[in-house]
Amino acid sequence: MIVLEKRPQPSKAWSYATPLVAVLATMVFGGILFAILGKNPIEAIGTIFWEPLFGEFAFYYRPQLLVKGAPLVLIAIGLSLGFRAGIWNIGAEGQYIMGAIFGAGAGLAFYPLEAWYIFPVMVIAGAFGGWLWAIIPAFLKVRFGTNEILVSLMLVYVAEQMLASVSLGLLKNPEGFGFPGSRNLQQYDSAHNAELIAGSGMHWGVVTALIAVIFAYVLLNRHMLGFHIRLTGEAPRAAKFAGVNPARLILFCLGLSGALAGLAGMFEVSGPSGVVSIDFNVGYGFTAIIVAFLGRLHPVGILLAGGLMALTYIGGEIAQSQLGLPAAAIQVFQGMLLFFLLAFDLLTNYRIRAAHSEVA
Amino acid sequence: MKFTSLLASAAMALGLATGALAQDKTKVGFVYVGPVGDGGWTYEHNKGRLAVEEQFGDKVETVFVESVPEGPDAERVMTQMALEGADLIFTTSFGYMDPTINVAKKFPNVKFEHATGYKTADNVSVYSARFYEGRAVQGHIAGKMTESNIIGYIGSYPIPEVIRGINSAYIHAKKVNPDVEFKIVWAYTWFDPAKEADAATVLIEQGADVILQHTDSTAPQAAAQEAGNVVTFGQASDMSEYAPFPRVSSIIDNWAPYYIARTQAVMDGSWETVSTWDGIREGMVEIGEISDAVPADVKEEALAMKAAMAAGDYHPFTGPLKKQDGSDWLAEGETADDGTLAGMNFYVEGLEGEIPQ
Repeated sequence: MIVLEKRPQPSKAWSYATPLVAVLATMVFGGILFAILGKNPIEAIGTIFWEPLFGEFAFYYRPQLLVKGAPLVLIAIGLSLGFRAGIWNIGAEGQYIMGAIFGAGAGLAFYPLEAWYIFPVMVIAGAFGGWLWAIIPAFLKVRFGTNEILVSLMLVYVAEQMLASVSLGLLKNPEGFGFPGSRNLQQYDSAHNAELIAGSGMHWGVVTALIAVIFAYVLLNRHMLGFHIRLTGEAPRAAKFAGVNPARLILFCLGLSGALAGLAGMFEVSGPSGVVSIDFNVGYGFTAIIVAFLGRLHPVGILLAGGLMALTYIGGEIAQSQLGLPAAAIQVFQGMLLFFLLAFDLLTNYRIRAAHSEVA
Repeated sequence: MKFTSLLASAAMALGLATGALAQDKTKVGFVYVGPVGDGGWTYEHNKGRLAVEEQFGDKVETVFVESVPEGPDAERVMTQMALEGADLIFTTSFGYMDPTINVAKKFPNVKFEHATGYKTADNVSVYSARFYEGRAVQGHIAGKMTESNIIGYIGSYPIPEVIRGINSAYIHAKKVNPDVEFKIVWAYTWFDPAKEADAATVLIEQGADVILQHTDSTAPQAAAQEAGNVVTFGQASDMSEYAPFPRVSSIIDNWAPYYIARTQAVMDGSWETVSTWDGIREGMVEIGEISDAVPADVKEEALAMKAAMAAGDYHPFTGPLKKQDGSDWLAEGETADDGTLAGMNFYVEGLEGEIPQ
């Protein structure tokens, strides 16, 4: 008989080791999956993890890692603050969409004017859009005690409908022959979130994501508010005695995570994507939840986790075209990562022990 | 060094390095919006890819990436294919339009073919099929088959291509059954079995006994089968696993001849930018076998209409036709021009509801 025994203290060693063990287990079991599909597992795993970083065309893929990872990190940082305090914003995808709509809308309102202040206005509008969408569940929770998980998640679907609506109506490109989708912001200089150095992948969204990482780190380690966030999550009763105002904390955490998700959407729509279209959102808001947990809700961890996630996306595409792996196998591979992370996470709080058979 | 020139020189270096090897092998890439097993749109494009492989054997190498979201991800996948030496890349969804143009600019020596779009360049062609011809045949059969006089229509996105199909089906259903009514549900997806099944169920609950779909999965077929006496049509692919009933016929996209011709053109060096819009006559649109669930006389009429379109004697949009708001569109005997059809954003008279804006 094997029993699980709760540790008196969560194991510090395991909390650092689980992400690594999870990645290794994913490689092993992913390799088995690829082998069953008739591919060379070493080659497949190698393609996914090696090619984007050190392969022949790494000069193109490395910047793409930044482009793909930045929105994940930016959103996950915001989510992690709330998650630490036990405030569950599951609707970052919706906030990401609203940020894109508000940001692009603000920019297109100026079209075809060229001016330096357009982009900053778009940044503010994007953050506001995301904040607005997150403050709804925050307000409902504070005022009526609703469940923020459900409300924020449901608002994703509302945001998707809004996205479809503006793509077909309000923001539709007047020169688009009746097809849905906005003007391409890449062709509107003042609104274009271009690469800061051509070919580097560095756009304002990447810069903002890095700033957010530093900001979150300082907040959590050096600031009273960060202490309150951690305290609320780890010891709610103690937090009460320490004078934490739960309503304020909810409004702050949800509002900030919404604003960051909104920024991510705004930087994406004005840069790599360029167009507000019905299918603009591709799940960054949901994937960011995985990234947040994979990074142990720690700012630096999230940075690394975002990079890892981006790697599996880009490497997965290369594996598809080079080795003919089906897309579904790549998705299973990514799913394994979260599964193993959560599974091994158990070891942080519990230890496995062989039980003596006792007679009750 | 500018990024574009960096890419170009890298591609050239690759070309030199593997030149001897690649010289007689043409590499063709395909970017798919759905999984190759969707049983509809992407499935047929992939059949076209396999046909290219079969036709040219060792002289060609094909690669594909499936379920690629429309946007920056598509751009990266295309760039990746171009970097790895693709000579010709087919991008098979409307939303790949701007990414295709962007990537094409960086790789002037690679040829691109974008399905269902309208932006061309020196190395970008566009191609699409006149699905509305097939819709005319479907509308005719649907109008004859319905007993509740309610026909359900699962739209994907309210874009001209889909609206064209709705209009064409409605015109021909109305012609044979003046009491017919269309109920339209917008699914806002090309491929999502769960959503498509929901849409079909809603339509069936509202009394529809014929379901037309402009989405790619077989989920509506399954929903209809479960309901019992509901007629469906295969979309993009034959979906013959649901024949003879509920699926009584289908529109099949046959991309193979086009893909083979374009690959040949790249091999010969005769590739040029074209805008192709082929229909039943050229064989890009096929009508799947009309099953015995359809009365013999209806089947005969449907086949006659198909033959007339194949011969070029009949155009599905022939006047007199009015727009939904009652204004005149086509006079007696007048046929719609391609420009109007390509950007169609209005319903014809008799259809209820508004096109989502």
